[in-house]
Amino acid sequence: MTTVPHGASAPKRDPQALVAKPIFDWFFVVGVLAMVALYVRSLMFTPPDALQGVAQKIYYIHIPAWLASYTAVGITALTSIVYLWLHDERADRLSEASAEIGLVFLTGGLSTGMFWGRVIWGAWWVWWDMRLTLTLFLWFVVAAYLVLRGAIEDEAMRARYSAVLAILAALLIPFIHLSVYLFSAGMHPMPIVLQPGKAKLSPQMLVTFLFGFVAFELFCVALIRARYRYGVKRDMLAALEIAGDTR
Amino acid sequence: MPTTIPAVDVRGVSRTFGRRRAVDGVDVTLFPGECLALFGPNGAGKTTLMRVVAGLLRPTAGTVHVGGRSLRDDAAARSQVGLISHQSMLYRALTARENVEFAAKLYGVPDPQDAATRALEQMKILDRRETPVRALSRGLQQRVSIARAIVHQPHVVLLDEPYTGLDAAGGAALTEMLHILRSAGAALMLVTHNVEEGLAVASHAAVMIAGKIVRHDDCAAVDARGYADEYRTLVLS
Amino acid sequence: MSELRAPGTLRAAWLLARKDLTIEFRTRTAFFSAIVFAVLALCIFYFAWDESIVQPSALAPGVLWVVLTFSALLGLQRSFALEEHDRGIDALLVSPVSREAIYLGKAIGNLLFLSAVQVVTIPALAVFYNVPMGHEWLVVTGVVLLAMIGIVAVGTLFSAMAVNTRLAELLLPMLSLPFFVPVLMSAAQISARVLAGRPLAEAAGYMKILIGFDVVFIIACTLAFSFTLEE
Repeated sequence: MTTVPHGASAPKRDPQALVAKPIFDWFFVVGVLAMVALYVRSLMFTPPDALQGVAQKIYYIHIPAWLASYTAVGITALTSIVYLWLHDERADRLSEASAEIGLVFLTGGLSTGMFWGRVIWGAWWVWWDMRLTLTLFLWFVVAAYLVLRGAIEDEAMRARYSAVLAILAALLIPFIHLSVYLFSAGMHPMPIVLQPGKAKLSPQMLVTFLFGFVAFELFCVALIRARYRYGVKRDMLAALEIAGDTR
Repeated sequence: MPTTIPAVDVRGVSRTFGRRRAVDGVDVTLFPGECLALFGPNGAGKTTLMRVVAGLLRPTAGTVHVGGRSLRDDAAARSQVGLISHQSMLYRALTARENVEFAAKLYGVPDPQDAATRALEQMKILDRRETPVRALSRGLQQRVSIARAIVHQPHVVLLDEPYTGLDAAGGAALTEMLHILRSAGAALMLVTHNVEEGLAVASHAAVMIAGKIVRHDDCAAVDARGYADEYRTLVLS
Repeated sequence: MSELRAPGTLRAAWLLARKDLTIEFRTRTAFFSAIVFAVLALCIFYFAWDESIVQPSALAPGVLWVVLTFSALLGLQRSFALEEHDRGIDALLVSPVSREAIYLGKAIGNLLFLSAVQVVTIPALAVFYNVPMGHEWLVVTGVVLLAMIGIVAVGTLFSAMAVNTRLAELLLPMLSLPFFVPVLMSAAQISARVLAGRPLAEAAGYMKILIGFDVVFIIACTLAFSFTLEE
């Protein structure tokens, strides 16, 4: 039986090819182009909302960013389960990459949400908005996940601990969701400057909206891919350094 | 026949930390009543090997069986093993007696008080049994730690540098106890960098360097003194 | 040399919890500092509000939960630091006691520690904040117990994890507090309602969350514990 030390499975499969792979490739370019196209389309070629005015345009970033962040965090949770099951370091590296990118999109979703709230609700922050509050706590959990990773030297332990945290966090989210739901249901709504109501989207707006989802998902996946490749290179470099030390 | 089952059976065991290979394809077989002294310089992987055998670390490759069973999955198999490591594994706020009694209870020893008294007596530390471990010197703590490890009369005793910190009396008590354990049929695995101490109690000797066992001998076969010189050079190399 | 019968999970857990409490009783440092911290915090929070605007008794439930959370963190911090000091944990791991029993034992020890702190803190709260002592307190005590179970279930696991990291003291609150959110939110809402004389049925939803959290996380953390050990 050959021994595969933890963390050395990737370099075994032709390290030269992996090193040669660029971190940013065509996929990333597509992602960036999609984002640029989204901005141009939403700002210049989509009419403003009749009620909310220009502020509504933040929707095209805000909601897709939100969805992208949930995608990324979902990948972290799934790959964590895979890691505890198979102990494959690739799953761990994907967890790490998607958690980091997830935090970026969560931050984007939260900040755009705050700007929108300032215009529509007249307040930067409202606790009774379920999504805002839930996302804030999710942000804290993902931040804790990344801090935990940074605080552990041993690779196998880091992978196990962070996988355990991610899986427990997946169990936690429904509980936070429920308690925030009960909390906001019992609250008196704050004065609202404008009634957002049910948005009536014109066909043009709808297309921009859907395109926003696609663009953000593409960009999110592109970033995770790039971050994953960075992780591969970093780990291989570390392996080479250790190999150099022992010789 | 039960005696044909090795007390410790280590096959092709490797253990890596990240990308560093601490133990590299080690085979060790130890039968009841035998005592293996494992020598080696610092960083040779002796402690890692001990922790793998004790079931504290998962081997990256290979298998470990104690009394024919796997320690990691078999709680009953664990109750046959005693471990003495660098760290005392004692609770400083508890007295010597409480520490040893706690261990006895964890192993389900029928009369924990009596067993603890006997173990402390064997290590010649009974008179300090009501002293909190915190207040004992390093050497006395080590005696308590040894008493804690053998209170359940294990069939296999793993000793990682057990002589460290012991004074002459403590060392003599330990050597005597190792002989008693052996004659009762226990298998011992002793890690040390002190060749004299190791050879004094061992039936087999081995040298570990850079994760590999580079020599493995039966002590009885050759003149012990010639060995000692050779081993000393190996360990120092 | 006969085969020994290792203690069962619950018995082993109780042995461990009793060992932890004995150590606590001997040293008394964590217990004493947790109580002083809790009562001190009660007093300081009193001055953080304008008495003429907010009734002290209306503040009491909120203060109770803030203080409980942070005194819990003090106790949890100590729980595995104790095992790490001379690697007492190794002795537990090589013993025939199961991983689950180790987790449960540490959790029971933590729960009893935290309960002992609350035995002092809650009466102090009632006195300092002029909360009338009625039968509502029976309900509140029950809620405190349910909340503590949830907090200890998660906190014990994170204590075992944090002790092996470089940022032990900082990491435990960072990992634990997001997990305490549903517990604290529910417990605070229930106790605020009950102490305001409203019927418990009004908070039934929160009660379900609290109990559900306890059940889910006791099971999940017991299973997850073995992953936190050195391998």
